[in-house]
Amino acid sequence: MDFNLTSEQKLLADSLARFFGSDYAFDARKAILASPDGFSREVWSKLAEMGLLALQVPAEHGGMGPAPVETMVAMRAMGRALSLEPYLTAAVLAPALVRSAATDAQKGEILPAIASGERILAFAHGEEGARYDAAYVATTATRSGARYVLRGRKAVVLHATSADTLLVSARTSGEAGEPSGISLFLVPPGAAGVRLVPYKTIDGRPAADVVLSDVDLGQDALLGAEGAAWGSIASALSLGVAALCAEAVGALDATLAATVEYTKTRKQFGAPIAKFQALQHRMVNMLVHVEQARSMSYLATMRADDDDTRERQRAVSAAKVMIGTACRAVGQEAVQLHGGLGVTDEMAVSHYFKRLLAIDVSLGDTSHHVERFIAATAAV
Amino acid sequence: MDLSFAPQDIEFRDEVRRFLARDLPKTIADKVLEGLHVGAADTTEWQRILHRRGWGAPNWPTEFGGTGWDAVRQHIFDEETAAAGAPRQLPFGLKMVGPVIQRFGSEAQQRRFLPRIVSGDDWWCQGYSEPGSGSDLASLSTRAERDGDHYVVNGQKTWITLAQFADWIFCLVRTDPGAKPQSGISFLLIDMKSPGITVRPITLIDGSKEVNEVWFENVRVPVENLVGDENRGWTYAKFLLGHERTNIAGVGASKRELLRLKAIAAREKKDGKPLLVDPFYAARLARVEIELMALEITNLRVLSAEAEQRAPGPEASILKIKGSEIQQELAELMMAAVGPYALPFRAAATEASFDGEVIGPAYAAPLAATYCNMRKTTIYGGSNEIQRNIISQMILGL
Repeated sequence: MDFNLTSEQKLLADSLARFFGSDYAFDARKAILASPDGFSREVWSKLAEMGLLALQVPAEHGGMGPAPVETMVAMRAMGRALSLEPYLTAAVLAPALVRSAATDAQKGEILPAIASGERILAFAHGEEGARYDAAYVATTATRSGARYVLRGRKAVVLHATSADTLLVSARTSGEAGEPSGISLFLVPPGAAGVRLVPYKTIDGRPAADVVLSDVDLGQDALLGAEGAAWGSIASALSLGVAALCAEAVGALDATLAATVEYTKTRKQFGAPIAKFQALQHRMVNMLVHVEQARSMSYLATMRADDDDTRERQRAVSAAKVMIGTACRAVGQEAVQLHGGLGVTDEMAVSHYFKRLLAIDVSLGDTSHHVERFIAATAAV
Repeated sequence: MDLSFAPQDIEFRDEVRRFLARDLPKTIADKVLEGLHVGAADTTEWQRILHRRGWGAPNWPTEFGGTGWDAVRQHIFDEETAAAGAPRQLPFGLKMVGPVIQRFGSEAQQRRFLPRIVSGDDWWCQGYSEPGSGSDLASLSTRAERDGDHYVVNGQKTWITLAQFADWIFCLVRTDPGAKPQSGISFLLIDMKSPGITVRPITLIDGSKEVNEVWFENVRVPVENLVGDENRGWTYAKFLLGHERTNIAGVGASKRELLRLKAIAAREKKDGKPLLVDPFYAARLARVEIELMALEITNLRVLSAEAEQRAPGPEASILKIKGSEIQQELAELMMAAVGPYALPFRAAATEASFDGEVIGPAYAAPLAATYCNMRKTTIYGGSNEIQRNIISQMILGL
């Protein structure tokens, strides 16, 4: 039992804090937000230089992973900075899927390119009607000889427009909702029959719906074995939730700090409003949420790759429940305590508010994970 | 970072389990596990059993007769003893005055008082609150005036938990009425058999008699019973409150109560199905279970920080707030589980010796009373509003 970071991990946390502190100030971030990619390629290659894109890539493929604690440290720093880079998608979910599902040859081709930052893979998995059921895949991949034809529509695919490759889940057998029969495909966004419907998410990130109209793919587009992707998807999503929880803790820390700072400077009735007990106790409640969330982020980090899938699900869902609850409560209180400024685009707090909201509804919201927690607990 | 137990800790856990299976009296464990009344004799008997095993003071260093366990072992011990149905060890000696005497007491005081806490020979109680000094503790007015080799104590203390069984009381008393409130307070150890002490138990909301009023009328206390320096008692009191709050998280006991709650909800029926699978009930239960999982880790974080020689910081206030809220929610859910059987109340049915006719499910008998009683948790040990003040000042710097 040890809650301390190693000296290397502390060093990583410090260098990330310095890096984002200088390169990611509020105005610089605003410019990045408005750019076509919605993130900075320059920052992305710096993250690659720092080795951060290699944290989920195994050593034999040029990485240094899986490194759950380092991933947590990285995500926390990015949450604090409101970093816009596609880290969760391209440096956590994608390598986790590839290292678990792909053939050795595919791993050898893809993973080093992920680690070096040369390739950005986006995970095209969600669908309308799926809500948060990860096994709800209605998109089909029909085999015809040595080829597959994909038909369907993937919803809210983060960073699809910047991706070199889309990792598309499609059903090679069975019905939507069944874990078996799901396969993963490597789809170039420019392939015939692929249409992207791009938009921004509420927190300003680029996303798209991916419409697949008779997309004709060769055998080499299939990632790993046919119909057997469920285990890889489930474990990648667990890692994704753990990473998201860590990002949330960074964002929650920063949101609370900004609120405390603001109430110390804003004066009304002749005193800083931080002196009013009604507000003090609300900020304390925010802190309690943040600390409970931090504890659960640790738990999710350490259990996200547990071999016991029920224990893993219990821990990860419990963490997401706690983090989602904290995101909602802390975000709302932060805006309220900023008064009118809290609902302007000009203050960082509104951007944190929207990121916290996005985290809450990503990879399963609070209600979804309450249900999963109940199911996993009943099964234990 | 590593949240798993080391092999030697697992071994330790098994050793604790073997000890509990052998030495925890079943009659006592049954009372705890069924939420029935646990008497003073049970508490003392359990302390003596632990002492014989060398585990009388799990949170003390070995030089004072403690186990010298690290944070992890203390946590394991707390969890295992609570799960097995061991009564709570009295916190007043072990978690409160003991650490104060170790840190600030004289060698003579350490030799005289500490061994008798570990052995269960002395029952301590805490003389802090007064009728006019609750949250504003520093306004206390019980006076101690120096008269030769004695202090003469006059005043009234209240909310003194289990004082009716106590051999000793540690008291905050005013020794310098002219100074600022915090600067004129001293920390005195007073023999409860001293002439001039009167104890009156207060009947609580659930009919129990846990707390007392204690009057001091010209009670003569030898000066050697002053802890540390005169007028420095507030410093010691704050040190003690940090320890008290750490104890208050009550993770082990809440985990035990969660299991009891699940067992009850599995037996209760709604629309012919176990209440446990009712979506509304299950969701509320899941929420408190998750809060408790988080609190367990938060508690371990605070304990580890303490082990690294950082004093129990204001983070302990977070444990108090969350720990008490969870205890209340568990009691409320347990009562809700039995529906209208929350209504019948017979004090006798909360005793293990009860042999009358059972009304409704036997486990229902103490649940509403316990729910009422547990309202105390957000009030005592520094109300949760005071904890918020502490966090506001000490952590957020507001």
